[in-house]
Parts: sequence; C-alpha cells; structure tokens
Amino acid sequence: MTLWWIGNIALFAVFLVVVYLLHGVLRAARSIVPSVETIATTAAAGSKDLDAAALLLTTQDQVTQTVSGVANYGGSLDVILDDAK
Amino acid sequence: MESAAVVTIVAVALIVAALVVYLVGVILQLRKITAGLDEVIGHVGEIVEKSAPVNGVVTAINEQLDAGVDLLEGLLVKKAGMVDAIGLVEGLYAGSAAAGFRSFPESTTVKAPRIGEVYTQGTLTLARLGREAPIAVGNPAGPALRDVERGSLAARLLYPEARQSRPESLARSPVIGTDAPVQYLPSEQRGGTTPDEAEVREKGPWSEVAAEGIVPAEAGGSDAPREMLAEDPQLESAVLGETTASEEPATESGIDPSGGDEADAIADGGPELPQGAEPDLKDAAAAPRQVDVDSADSKDGSDT
Repeated sequence: MTLWWIGNIALFAVFLVVVYLLHGVLRAARSIVPSVETIATTAAAGSKDLDAAALLLTTQDQVTQTVSGVANYGGSLDVILDDAK
Repeated sequence: MESAAVVTIVAVALIVAALVVYLVGVILQLRKITAGLDEVIGHVGEIVEKSAPVNGVVTAINEQLDAGVDLLEGLLVKKAGMVDAIGLVEGLYAGSAAAGFRSFPESTTVKAPRIGEVYTQGTLTLARLGREAPIAVGNPAGPALRDVERGSLAARLLYPEARQSRPESLARSPVIGTDAPVQYLPSEQRGGTTPDEAEVREKGPWSEVAAEGIVPAEAGGSDAPREMLAEDPQLESAVLGETTASEEPATESGIDPSGGDEADAIADGGPELPQGAEPDLKDAAAAPRQVDVDSADSKDGSDT
C-alpha cells in the first residue's frame, strides 16, 4: 500500500514535468508564428520592389545607345583634334 | 476501491488531459507556421523569377559602361597627354588623381599638374575650331569660375552668353560640298570648270570646295547687291568675267601646247631691242643678264 502511494507521488511529479515541457513547446511554437508572418510580409515587399527589374532592359538599351553616341562623338573628336605631343 | 487507486486514476487522467491540451495547441501553431511558410515560399519564388535576368542585364550594362569609360579615358589621354589629362581630372574633381585612370594603371603615379580655370591648350583648340573660347574670362585673383561640387552647369558661364540661352540664333557652321544645303552661283567661280561628281571622286573631297565658288554673294562676292560691293563701279561681274564651264578652247585655233616645249627663256624673253643703238636705262632690266648669256653659250657648246 505504501508503495502505491509512493508511485502516486512519482506519477504526480511526472505530470508536473510533462506539463512544463509541453508548455515550453507550445510557447516556442507560438513565438515562431509572428516571425513567419514578418518574413512573409518582407518577402512580399521584396517581390514588389523587384517589379522595376524589368525596366533594366530599357536601361540597358538606353546605355547602349548612349555609349554608341559617345563613341561616335569621341571618334569625331579623335579626327578633328590633334593628338598630344 | 481504495483511495490509492483513485489517486492513481486521477493522476493518469490529468497527465493525458495535459498532453491533449498542449499537443493540440502545438498542432494549431504548427499549422499557422506551415501556412506562413507557404506564403513566404510563394513570394520568394516571385523574387527568384524577377531577379533571374538581372545578373545578365547588369553585366551587359557594366560592359557597355566599361567600354564607354575606356573610350573616354583613352581619348582624353590621347588628346591631352597623360600628365595634362590627370591635371584636368584633378582640377574638376579634387582628389581623383590619386585614383588615376582605370585603363591606365600607371596614371596613379603621375603627379597631377595644377591647371587653372582656363586650360590654355583647350582654349587654343576651341579657337582653332572657330568656337567661342573662354579667353580672359577669369581673373586668378577673382572668385572661382567653376564650383567643383556643383556639376558642370557652372562651366557654361565660361562661354559667351549667346551660346547658352540663344543657341538657335547662332549661325551654324557652314556646310560645304556638292551636297551642301546652300549652293552658290557658278559665276562666283574664278577659273576652271565646276567639278562634277566624277571629278570630285577622282581628285578627292577637297575639290568639292570649288563647286560652291570662291566668294559667296553674302560675303560680298560679285553677285552681292550693289551696296555691298566696293565703290569702284568698274568692278562688276562683266569685268570680272565668268567661267566657260567647258574645256573647249575659246579661239578657233586654240592654244598650241607644244610651243611651251620649245620656249627659250634667254632668247625669247623680253622686248625686241634695237640693234646697234645705245640701250636706254629703262631697257636695262629687259635685257638678259650677262651670266645667263654666258651660261646659255657654254651649254650650247657642251651640247655640240
């Protein structure tokens, strides 16, 4: 009979430990949720910012035309100006 | 039932109940996390998709810009020389001489000369090209003509005001040649024929200049209004004549070019002097010099 009561006390101790551990797991899981939501919001904003990436093709075309103009202008200057002595 | 057994049953029930409550709570949170991660993965996929071509495009842009920088640096060094080029860049952007030119590693070791607000060589080049040059605009004792921290607009102040605000009223540089928008009258030509395309192609582009005449009417040529011409009334177009625009001889017999081959400057030159008469002083310059006569005689003797 005495042993049974000792077993009951041990079982109560196990209950406390189980509750403590489960509470820790639940608290950690709850703390992850806001972080994931923040990451999702940031990723959405980053994706929206990259909408302008398509304009890089226009920029590339403009740069090509500008450099071509500079090359033509430089070539003309090369012809009309004397080289340094 | 004994009380010990009741306590055991209650304890086990409590343990099971705690397990259920907390595990259900964890499951709910994990589902939220899964849903959030799914949303994140969707946005990350968009980012990857949108940024995929960026690397290639930016690389191409950088290559183009590198080529432009190399071109401008090379042109500057070629035209101004390494030392002057470093000095010019240092004058515009203080401290940039230490970085040097990217295409010329040796430029970092060049000591930048101190070039003032007016670059003499550039000024002379502009003047030679017929453009306004900022000659004597600045005074070394006065304020700086250009604010090195405020871009290039200040450099405009070095040039005459008309070049800045009324460029449309400035006369354009003249365009010459057969394709020029302004073709001058053939009567402005003073000799030869007007070169056609074949002649221009044969002689080169320089001969196109003759196609537009020597003195345009706007500059006071013979076709200009009377008030623009000189006061001498005889200098009209009829006196100045005009070209025939043809290579045919103007006379029936034409010009015998073989006569020039048999010309003798000693025997044929000068007026006919009377034989045996005392030469007049005014004829002294017309007679052949004695050294020329002796030279001609000795040449004739050596030829025979």
